[in-house]
Amino acid sequence: MNADDAVLLSKSAGIEAELLKKNNIAHLFINHDKVVGIHAVPGLEIETTPIKDGLDIQVLLRKQTQVKHPVQMCFGMLPKRGIQRINMDVVIEEHASIDVIAHCTFPNAVDVQHIMNATISIKDHASYSYFERHVHGQKSGITVVPKAKIHLGSHARYQTDFELIKGRVGVIDIDYETTCADYSTLEMNARINATHDDVVKIKEVGHLNGEHAHGVLLSRVAVRDTADASVFSELTASGAYARGHVDCKEIVQDQGTVSAIPVVKVNHPKAHITHEASLGSVDSKQLQTLMARGLSEDQAIDMIIQGLLQ
Amino acid sequence: MGILEIKNVSLQMDGKKILDEVSVDVWEGHIHALVGTNGAGKSTLASVIMGLEGYRDITGDLFFNGERINDLSIDARARKGISFGWQEPARFEGISIESFVSAGMKEKNKKSINAALQQVGLNPDEYLHRSVDTTLSGGERKKVELASIIAMDPPFIMLDEPDSGIDVGTLKKMAEVIKALKKKGTTILLITHSLEVLKLADHAFLMCNGTIIEKATADKIIPYFENNCIPCDHKNEPTTKGVLES
Repeated sequence: MNADDAVLLSKSAGIEAELLKKNNIAHLFINHDKVVGIHAVPGLEIETTPIKDGLDIQVLLRKQTQVKHPVQMCFGMLPKRGIQRINMDVVIEEHASIDVIAHCTFPNAVDVQHIMNATISIKDHASYSYFERHVHGQKSGITVVPKAKIHLGSHARYQTDFELIKGRVGVIDIDYETTCADYSTLEMNARINATHDDVVKIKEVGHLNGEHAHGVLLSRVAVRDTADASVFSELTASGAYARGHVDCKEIVQDQGTVSAIPVVKVNHPKAHITHEASLGSVDSKQLQTLMARGLSEDQAIDMIIQGLLQ
Repeated sequence: MGILEIKNVSLQMDGKKILDEVSVDVWEGHIHALVGTNGAGKSTLASVIMGLEGYRDITGDLFFNGERINDLSIDARARKGISFGWQEPARFEGISIESFVSAGMKEKNKKSINAALQQVGLNPDEYLHRSVDTTLSGGERKKVELASIIAMDPPFIMLDEPDSGIDVGTLKKMAEVIKALKKKGTTILLITHSLEVLKLADHAFLMCNGTIIEKATADKIIPYFENNCIPCDHKNEPTTKGVLES
């Protein structure tokens, strides 16, 4: 364990150092391909195995375990250059519940790739929430490629929030696919602020296979300068009484470009999916409302975008 | 001289005259109503005064506190002291009521934000951190709109159809707020086709087919409007001016 690196990472990610000293809060800190801090709580097992440029990580939450405080994870790279590969295998056993806050920080990136491959199995009646906050530097030399295959058992719950609103995006290519059994609930949210020549690709797919499965795919992207964003959202309802909603909003400024491809499929006469998308400039009425409060056009646009990405 | 002077203002949209030589003075510290049926041009005139997009290419002159404001942007007009409450206010995803209400305040402080919310009947503890989004009812959103204007403490307030989409209790609260604003010297222009709202006004401008057909005290306009405009028996096409004398 390298305590100095852990401190540097936590500072960069904006994590309170005190949190990591608490016995009842689990954490896992990784700098490049090394574990620099690890602590588990009863019922939670975290194992790591070194691989080239990264780590295999197994996370197991035992049956019935309710982890009270969010687990703090940090995947970062302090070096300017390099590849970080993280392969995560997560199993949340029956009736267990856990929240994870994952801080991904690459403050010095000049030429860095962060490649995450995850398989996540959330067993019956289990709950898993994963809030992934990226803190990037002001240089664009970062490529983030998170991919995940998630399976939800009966009555299971999964929520993921991906947030990248500070620093440059660089290139981000998200690819998440989830299958949902009976009475399970899926919520996938992504909020990204892209500037300069950043490139954003989001692919979110949900299969509501079980009866009464519910799913929401939500994306909020703001694009400025010459940045480009494309969002592909696919939600399929195949179970009776499955309910889903796809919601995409992308705001474009300057020479930015955006696209959204929503695919909604319903394979059962008692299932229902709705879709909503809004792409383009800032809403004129919102803009004029704030300008009528005395805000300049730029201030009003900033406020609207910050709100959208909240 | 009024705080707001509108002189011979006309506006054409798609080749059609929407406002036709409108001239009115709005007097400082009084409540005025711009009254007329749907399509008379009331909201258009309010949009022209605020300088909203699509309503700036006018002929005629607008003066606020003696200064010509035709060429000023919306925000510049707002900073001069003109404020506007929309008939159907915009919703904002992710913007808290606290942020929205404080957006136009010169000096942001919690006490004033809370006071503005309390004045419109909203409990700050319950509302400050809610978003100005679709989770608010129409009445709540109207109250937040009014609170945000109160927080600006502007000398001149325009409220477009302040009673639309709200219940009787909320209307009463709105009326109380409007009277309180007058008491502290704020000039108010109510855009309305409602007799209930019209009764709050000291003075009224009766508008029809893009033109002002009468200016008088509200108590003189009310019976004419009630008898002749509800329903409108001349299809929004007045044939004569000076209707009160006819």
